[in-house]
Amino acid sequence: MSVPRFWRRIKNLYNLIGTHCEKCGGFFYPPRNMCPKCRRNGIVNPFKFKGAGVVVTYTIVHTAAKDYAKLTPYILAIIKLDEGPSLTSQVICDHSQIHIGMRVKSAFRKLGEESDKGMIYYGTKFVPMEEKA
Amino acid sequence: MNVGIVSYGAYIPRYRIRVEEIAKVWGANANSIIDGLMVFEKSVPDLDEDTITIAVEAARYAINRANINPEKIGAVYTGSESHPYAVKPSRTVIAEAIGATPDLTVADFEFACKAGTAAIQTCMGMVETGMIELGMAIGSDVSQGAPGDALEYTAAAGGVAYIIGKKDQVANIESTYSYTTDTPDFWRREGMPYPEHGGRFTGEPGYFKHVSSAAEGLMKRMGTKPSDYNYAIFHQPNGKFPTRVAKMLGFTSEQIKPGLVVPRLGNTYSGSCMMGLAATLDIAKAGDRIFMTSFGSGAGSDAFSFTVTDRIDEIRNRAPGVETLLANPIYINYATYARHKGKIKL
Amino acid sequence: MRDVAIIGVGCTEFGELWDKSFRELFVEAGVSAIEDANVQGGKIDALYVGNMSGGRFIEQEHLGALIADYSGLASLNVPSTRVEAACASGGLALRQGILAVASGYHDIVVAGGAEKMTDVGVETTTDALAAAADREWEGIMGATFPGLYAMIAKLHMHKYGTTQEQLAAVAVKNHHNGTMNPKAQFQNEISIETVINSLMVADPLRVFDCSPITDGASAVVIAPAEIAKKYCDTPIYVKASAQASGTISLHDRPDITTVDATVAAAKWAYKMAKLKPNDIGFAEVHDCFTIAEICAIEDLGFVKKGEGGPATESGMTAIGGKIPINPSGGLKACGHPVGATGVKQAVEITLQLRGEAGKRQINGAEIGLTHNVGGSGGTAVVHIFGREK
Repeated sequence: MSVPRFWRRIKNLYNLIGTHCEKCGGFFYPPRNMCPKCRRNGIVNPFKFKGAGVVVTYTIVHTAAKDYAKLTPYILAIIKLDEGPSLTSQVICDHSQIHIGMRVKSAFRKLGEESDKGMIYYGTKFVPMEEKA
Repeated sequence: MNVGIVSYGAYIPRYRIRVEEIAKVWGANANSIIDGLMVFEKSVPDLDEDTITIAVEAARYAINRANINPEKIGAVYTGSESHPYAVKPSRTVIAEAIGATPDLTVADFEFACKAGTAAIQTCMGMVETGMIELGMAIGSDVSQGAPGDALEYTAAAGGVAYIIGKKDQVANIESTYSYTTDTPDFWRREGMPYPEHGGRFTGEPGYFKHVSSAAEGLMKRMGTKPSDYNYAIFHQPNGKFPTRVAKMLGFTSEQIKPGLVVPRLGNTYSGSCMMGLAATLDIAKAGDRIFMTSFGSGAGSDAFSFTVTDRIDEIRNRAPGVETLLANPIYINYATYARHKGKIKL
Repeated sequence: MRDVAIIGVGCTEFGELWDKSFRELFVEAGVSAIEDANVQGGKIDALYVGNMSGGRFIEQEHLGALIADYSGLASLNVPSTRVEAACASGGLALRQGILAVASGYHDIVVAGGAEKMTDVGVETTTDALAAAADREWEGIMGATFPGLYAMIAKLHMHKYGTTQEQLAAVAVKNHHNGTMNPKAQFQNEISIETVINSLMVADPLRVFDCSPITDGASAVVIAPAEIAKKYCDTPIYVKASAQASGTISLHDRPDITTVDATVAAAKWAYKMAKLKPNDIGFAEVHDCFTIAEICAIEDLGFVKKGEGGPATESGMTAIGGKIPINPSGGLKACGHPVGATGVKQAVEITLQLRGEAGKRQINGAEIGLTHNVGGSGGTAVVHIFGREK
């Protein structure tokens, strides 16, 4: 990631702001500026997701890319938000606790950083719904 | 005064390390350290937590607790001595993450452990003069203690956010008074990873002189005395200092008990006495009076006098209390702690 | 459109080839394919070069021109095109070559693929491969390729009861096939225990569930069917070429355990070839991870959804089984130089159909299928080949 590339997505990453098609009612996170269903006829506007969802599937990553090696082993998951769309993020919880179907909610965490000198990236991860870590 | 606390939120990471575990590594006697500091364990941030993420969680709880429209927040000031960037404001991240941008002013404050209460005073002035409707003051730290240093037993992680305004107060700020001198008892030079401290010098000429002067100064101005207050909170670098200063000033151990969170939390620096205030608000009743005095090395103290309103009962349970945040900790060993704190360089 | 045939194939050995550069690898594969086809260089009308990430792996773009030049074809100004679709780059280069000949635009075309992955450290390799996923919404969250496939595996196990041992059975079978392929990166037998006791990469996938990092190149020579016999005795005919897209991100897939691009590409390929899954004698499928082979044999219609694990465990996909899968050793044992893989699959099918596959020869092979996937399923390419038109 580069600084402009991250900066452009700050509102999405910090506050789970995706998009919503007024025409067909579809919800998109990650945001899409074209509704895949209505295409050119869609009316797509920003939409803030509540941040509650369910774990569709997950893994515990033991071997990560360079910027994430500090975090291993970490839980990577696909989370289906209550409003409909699914996203990829990390779940912060005890590794024995994670399971398919687990209810989770959003939390604000560091996503990564570009070395000790570089920019720090923040964004949304998830924690178990019942006990916000 | 017309201003007060409209809402508050606290956040504490789930990880803890026990004093025994640290003492074991350095061959120190854990019991004498526990006796000396009155601290049993301290909070440790997760691998992906820092001062900013902690502040955001606390700020979001504060917003949710009183259903605040974040766009009405005209200022966000955060006190910390562990801002992740030496240059680049932390607060812009927080302001963005709580949805308060772009119509507001933000800045990072630093005054050792009292930058958070300095932020409260700044917000008070701006609200009182009508410059802003609501101001947010945060104290948040992932404080540093050099390996083997006395500070390593207490330097903890946590954050507290207060929303200051005129309408819908849960605690009115009756008055505030500060006492400040140039007393270099503790510092960290630019680019250095860990702070230096003056050992016992941080006690008498630093902590005790400034806390007692500020506290006495405020009570004198207001014409109040310790017995007028239901609760009191003093900056908590350890359990011993606030207990001793309370006694010196004439407060009882019952008055300081609800706010004395340091034995199970450690010193959250800029969050320290603000965390104690949050814990006290968690149990206070309408009409209760609360006295608070912070301390920042360098050195200075801010004293405050609060009166709790009946709105406290309405909003209290809409966000987790300090007791809830302290519950269910995950205990880690020194190796994991060293990794979490970045003491192992990859 | 006219019918098309493969008239020559070539492949380098696959592995950590420290002493060979990208261009040398491609030229080696290309030359052996041309020799195999008995074609003069001057007859070549066009080149298609499959490559995923020359930019990251060897800091070299403009690979079409580089290959044309080092193949001695720049002086003849032969057009050369680099094709990229992550791990499906090779399959796509092959398809571009087939389309160019089928359309009548070109007659003799070389379609090849190459990847030089070991000139950089493993972290750079991992990061470059992760670029096949959505960098902005998967990569930044810490998603790795094994991580994405591990999430497919986790859900497959949850929904269908697929086991660790069934995943491992894919690796064991493919390693066994690799022992009979002199060009394979791994030519050693492994056991189920080896796989399930190996280092965890992304739960439930272990090191032996993953394809390796490989250098290598493959090439085929493509010609119109009507003149194919001029060049070789046993041309292998392209009965179908199909390509389909899916969402780039795994999280947007309607069913995470189904690569719908594979389902679509297979459907079109079967229709084009007027064949059914039952008619396919054997296949080279995209087993970048063990779970990927299990999903592939389901999505290609060889077994029902959810039955890929037990089918593999039963020996159905072994050489000599009902439908041998990955006789070359697959990506797992033969190796996975990403840009070369899709072409290597066609090389293997050609050798098998010609009866030149040596110890791993499948008896009576008439129709073979290749299946090449880009990323976690954003692109799928399916080809069907036969001894008869």
